[in-house]
Amino acid sequence: MESKKWPYPVKYGREKRIDTDVLVIGGGIAGCHAAISAAKMGARVALMEKGATKWSGNGGAGVDHWQAACTNPCCKVTPEEMTSAVVESLGGYECGLKRFIQCVEGYDTLLEVEQMGVKVRDTDDEFRGAEFRDEKTKLLFAYDYENRYTIRVWGHNMKPALYNELIRLGVAVYDRVMATSILTDNGIPGSRAVGATGLSVRTGEFYVFSAKAVILCIPEAEGLWDSPEPHGFGRNFHDPNCRGDGLAMAFEAGAELTLLEKTMPTDSSLGYVPYAVGNAHNTWHGCTIVDSRGLEVGWFDREGSPIPYKGRFLPARGQKFFVDGGSIGDPRNLYRIYPPVIDPKISQKIRCLEYVLPLYADLPSMPEHERNAIFGLMIRNEGKTFELYNILRGSGFDPKNCMLQVPIFEPEGYGQPPTWWYGPAIPKLRRIGRGAGVVVNWELMTCVEGLFAAGSIIFGHGDHAGAATSGRYAGRQAAIYAKRANEPRIDEREVKKEEERLYRFLRNKDGLRWKEILGGINRVMQDYCSVYKHETTLRIGLGLLRNIRENELSNAHAPNPHELGRIIECDFLLKTGEIVILSSLARKASSSYLSFYRFDCPQVDPPEWHKLVTIRKDGSDVKIGELPLDYYLKPPYASSYEENYVNYSKIGRRKK
Amino acid sequence: MNSKAVLAPSPSRNGKVIEILEEKCKGCNRCVEACRSDVFIPNLKKGKPPIVFYPEECWYCGCCIQECKHGAIRLLLPLYQRIAINWKDKATGEINYVKINKKKGG
Repeated sequence: MESKKWPYPVKYGREKRIDTDVLVIGGGIAGCHAAISAAKMGARVALMEKGATKWSGNGGAGVDHWQAACTNPCCKVTPEEMTSAVVESLGGYECGLKRFIQCVEGYDTLLEVEQMGVKVRDTDDEFRGAEFRDEKTKLLFAYDYENRYTIRVWGHNMKPALYNELIRLGVAVYDRVMATSILTDNGIPGSRAVGATGLSVRTGEFYVFSAKAVILCIPEAEGLWDSPEPHGFGRNFHDPNCRGDGLAMAFEAGAELTLLEKTMPTDSSLGYVPYAVGNAHNTWHGCTIVDSRGLEVGWFDREGSPIPYKGRFLPARGQKFFVDGGSIGDPRNLYRIYPPVIDPKISQKIRCLEYVLPLYADLPSMPEHERNAIFGLMIRNEGKTFELYNILRGSGFDPKNCMLQVPIFEPEGYGQPPTWWYGPAIPKLRRIGRGAGVVVNWELMTCVEGLFAAGSIIFGHGDHAGAATSGRYAGRQAAIYAKRANEPRIDEREVKKEEERLYRFLRNKDGLRWKEILGGINRVMQDYCSVYKHETTLRIGLGLLRNIRENELSNAHAPNPHELGRIIECDFLLKTGEIVILSSLARKASSSYLSFYRFDCPQVDPPEWHKLVTIRKDGSDVKIGELPLDYYLKPPYASSYEENYVNYSKIGRRKK
Repeated sequence: MNSKAVLAPSPSRNGKVIEILEEKCKGCNRCVEACRSDVFIPNLKKGKPPIVFYPEECWYCGCCIQECKHGAIRLLLPLYQRIAINWKDKATGEINYVKINKKKGG
């Protein structure tokens, strides 16, 4: 494409100063709730967002589920039961305190969202009489119809509703400003957080925020292993703007990180459109699947026994409740909450032609309410599906008559439920997810005083309701903290250093551009830090990343503020990759829970490694440490979730 | 037969991705402001359609379409994605997939 005149005023080197009580970094679901909650507590709040707050973030393109709303009037599972079951199913590698907060306050958070104009109950009586509807409250449930902890929602307008609320409450929203560093007292990592720097990705203007409290709300990192070439960003289910900015900034500020060694397959490595292919998982849980001749692929309970249609949505005999794989990592680890699943012998049956490919999602054969819940309610409101629904309908797809095909891949792939909804996974392509993040205390504060966290940047598994609820909780905590905090003192040398770091990419017109740098980072991670690892290859990978930083990155070129932002993302990704490798070197045992395998440490999940390995910056050193998996239930904290919640939530004992 | 040959750029990735229907677009730039990735840039000529400048950074989220008051934007899923969204008509056995060659609709 030919060069054009840059359409925005160029303000390189100009500086804007903003002073506030609470600064929220990232305007996704967690960030919006954090800002709203802090503003309601009377704090002055500023929010910086790389994209457009009205739509951006992982949850910006819609949501169809509100998970773990254990205090809704129909739920039969307590927050303690849900939290302990999920933590156990993840082998203990989960932030139980965040999970508990979600279970306790998630439903209240949803009611607030309803006040903002998001439809969360079937007020039009479209699903009157459905098995999953409560006739009194008109709430619709998903997965376990007996225990009713997950609520179906019409969340296509979630972000516009949150955005309107931010504006109504007077939050100062800075769109198109990416955060580039968290400022600390005297510029010392680990000392109190006092603000952040930012860069406008439209004008190139430099921003300096000073704040009494900072809430970090940027999720983990996309794109460390998988390159946007040749398929572009569009194939991915996760926000392409989240490029490790949060992890890298938290690390540089001295926060303690953990579980960076945990990785999982990239969703949609091959670019199948998530949710727009036949599947039976997550949003499509319970869908009838048939083979190419119309033979039904059965559903089975945790004992491996076939179950009738209704059993897909009910716990097994003798089971209190089940948790679907969409809510947590892989419930197959735990018999106690094992969900109804598609034929567990499907792979071998495909191999011996008992089922003949392709498989289809047989929506036409399903009861009308179930069909409309999947295609109409959920596919139309879930992330990235509002336009998909129109495209499919516009192309003549009618769920009453048409069966959507499941992607065709190797037989073993069908035995791995999560891959169905986005097509086969490529072993070498990984992503950080459902693990990596910052360690927090019961106030959701990191080990850096004044630096709070919310959403997926907190270690462990995240989802929409978890982001919303932890945001709301962290906003409250940060506003209270800010009331008693001293005035922030910005270190001008730190600011100057940061400004120089950013603008150096404008100089060298012959330097590489961001896409090539990104491709290089991806190749290093694919080759030296994929599923199977060894100290020798990890160390070579670390060296190569550092080489890219010193050579290609430091000479890289950005012709405009947009590309300048993308180059800075490469810097964040390089830093994140380094932390991933250092964390992988520090865990000297394999773990099935973490999808972490070392050739040189082949023992899988030995008891002595059943702990969190932590990493943080201390001056110019990197410090490796460890924490018990349930550190949040050990001194100085109380031994029960409930007691800690009462002590720290700033709400006191909750209503029963 | 047209015997003219031209040197034309050959987009290696997803080509267009987003199509702005010029006859419907009022040049209000709401889509420019909705896009998380700045895929669009505003047209320097006031009232003219924005330019899709970074198509390979499009996330296919459809937020620009939600924001457009004039139905002037179409999401053109690339062929490798569309061809995999296919279905069988239960009655006729006919196989179909997402097509976007029609000018209107999707």
